[in-house]
Amino acid sequence: MNTASRADSAPIVSVRDLRVTFNGGKKPVSAVNGVDLSVARGETVALIGESGSGKSVTLRSLLRLHPERRTRIEGRIEVAGEDVLALGSRALADYRGRVASMIFQEPLLALDPVYTVGQQIVESIRRHERISPAEARKRALELFERVRIPSPERRLDAYPHEMSGGMRQRAMIALALACRPQVLLADEPTTALDATVQIQILLLLRELQRELGLAIVFVTHDMGAAVEVADRFAVMYAGRIVEEGPTREVIRNPRHPYTLALMQARADGAMEKGARLASIPGAPPDLAQLPTGCAFAERCTFVQPACLQSRPEAVELGGGHRARCLRTDATAQAVAQSARATANTSILLTETA
Amino acid sequence: MNTTASLPLPQPRTKVEAIERSPGFWSGVLAKLMRDPVALGAGAVLLALIVMAIFANQLLPADPYATSMFKRLKPIGFEGYPLGADELGRDMLSRLMLGTRLSLFMGITPVLIAFVIGSAIGILAGYAGGLVNTLIMRTIDILYAFPSVLLAIALSGALGAGIGNALLSLTIVFIPQIARVAESVTTQVRGRDYVEAARASGAGPFTIVRVHVLGNVLGPIFVFATSLIAVSMILASGLSFLGLGVRPPEPEWGLMLNTLRTAIYSQPLVAALPGVMIFITSISFNLLSDSLRSAMDVKS
Repeated sequence: MNTASRADSAPIVSVRDLRVTFNGGKKPVSAVNGVDLSVARGETVALIGESGSGKSVTLRSLLRLHPERRTRIEGRIEVAGEDVLALGSRALADYRGRVASMIFQEPLLALDPVYTVGQQIVESIRRHERISPAEARKRALELFERVRIPSPERRLDAYPHEMSGGMRQRAMIALALACRPQVLLADEPTTALDATVQIQILLLLRELQRELGLAIVFVTHDMGAAVEVADRFAVMYAGRIVEEGPTREVIRNPRHPYTLALMQARADGAMEKGARLASIPGAPPDLAQLPTGCAFAERCTFVQPACLQSRPEAVELGGGHRARCLRTDATAQAVAQSARATANTSILLTETA
Repeated sequence: MNTTASLPLPQPRTKVEAIERSPGFWSGVLAKLMRDPVALGAGAVLLALIVMAIFANQLLPADPYATSMFKRLKPIGFEGYPLGADELGRDMLSRLMLGTRLSLFMGITPVLIAFVIGSAIGILAGYAGGLVNTLIMRTIDILYAFPSVLLAIALSGALGAGIGNALLSLTIVFIPQIARVAESVTTQVRGRDYVEAARASGAGPFTIVRVHVLGNVLGPIFVFATSLIAVSMILASGLSFLGLGVRPPEPEWGLMLNTLRTAIYSQPLVAALPGVMIFITSISFNLLSDSLRSAMDVKS
């Protein structure tokens, strides 16, 4: 996966200083606080982070799916040359599904139970293109073949509940690809599936991405899944991207203590019985009251007084790898020292290869 | 890309046929109802009643309006009067058969009208949410606060007796009930992932309401409305009983029950007959709506 050359061309997704604030509750909640992200054509970027880190909010902002009245979105989002935040409702509807479309976490909930999957794909195609139902159905059949659904003709007439979990997610992917989008947004596409099916779906996504030249933004909290498909990693914490870089580079040389901690918290296959799972002490900060300094400071093992003063700026580490941390050197040292961390890394790397 | 190109694709023509052959939602529901003995029984009874209502003129064994002073309050099985005669000596069987017409009409029409209006109001409130929802639903709540029998009587009383006014008042009674169900189901559906997925694929609010909201909401509302038909029949009978609905000498079960109540001691079986008809009809509607509920649940 040589992506350095592809990443040089103009990005298809370009997010600048994105801030998303929800005003629904008592206090405004800053879910995303200045995210910069660019994704090149044919590139897969994984947004990684724990619950509430703003990864899904960032993803949904790309389609402007948040309730308009209660959400304030600031910054700039450009997808395939369209200024997403400036689109009118008509243009937005045209943009959704045709330029960028989305795969949801739980396909059983994201597919309408009262229509067959075929009907839903036909409906989606005909929403954007003036073609006959028969024509649209032919396209749906091709999509089903493309996402490797066995006996596709029969499956088109199946209701979502009549399919297995993996099959439903394939159907969901077919639905998302119905109008030939250039950008595919995947919100934890494998979380609801069991482990063997997860791999199949991930491989399918990677294959589709290569064949169709899709740009994929992939949200997950599962590093193992992310390593399978992503060209680039973007680790999020408290609404910011704290570390970003090519997958191998981030896995091999994490420079943000949060990334390191996440990797150490992974449970690998060969854990000894009775061994405790590593975890990150503390809890993520309250998004309604973010600290002035680094948001991770209070859970960080390398914290210094300077960390509490102001939010750290991104430190360039070369090769597109950057981390928002004052103590990248300390993390680097810890990586070098920790035998356990290297063991994890080598396992991850063999998985990548 | 090469992999799909090399796959043998069936000819487009077979696919066009496949669309026509693909089983629809309603044919599936019908198939399930056909396998349900309770639904079949209730359906058969209702079908018989409807046939009786439509072809009453051809089927009547005697003139339901012909009175006879000598044959007043005859028991069931009296010669020439299979189900007896009422307080004016009219043939009960004929009157019950002809009564089907008005009773079914009074049962179904208000529910049908209320179904259309109430669903529209409820879906609008549920989908719009926020202030619109509050305004509509609190207004509905005011009407809903009255017990339905009381409201029907009060409205009919205020509007004056007559079939038209009885229909109107029953419709007004059912609109809030249906609107509430429609609103709650729509609110649920609106928050579902598939609605967001539809938005994410570029569906506008109109498409979402037409396809996803209506598709998921009409079933439950329809089932609820079916169960209201029995209530409507009983309320209509009640209005007629009070002299606010159908006027004599038109045969209607509620009205017949009213006029025959004076004979409850002399001919209790004959006096109970209109009540039996109301019971049979309403329980058939209830059983059918229950079966419909389970048949329309796609997941079963």
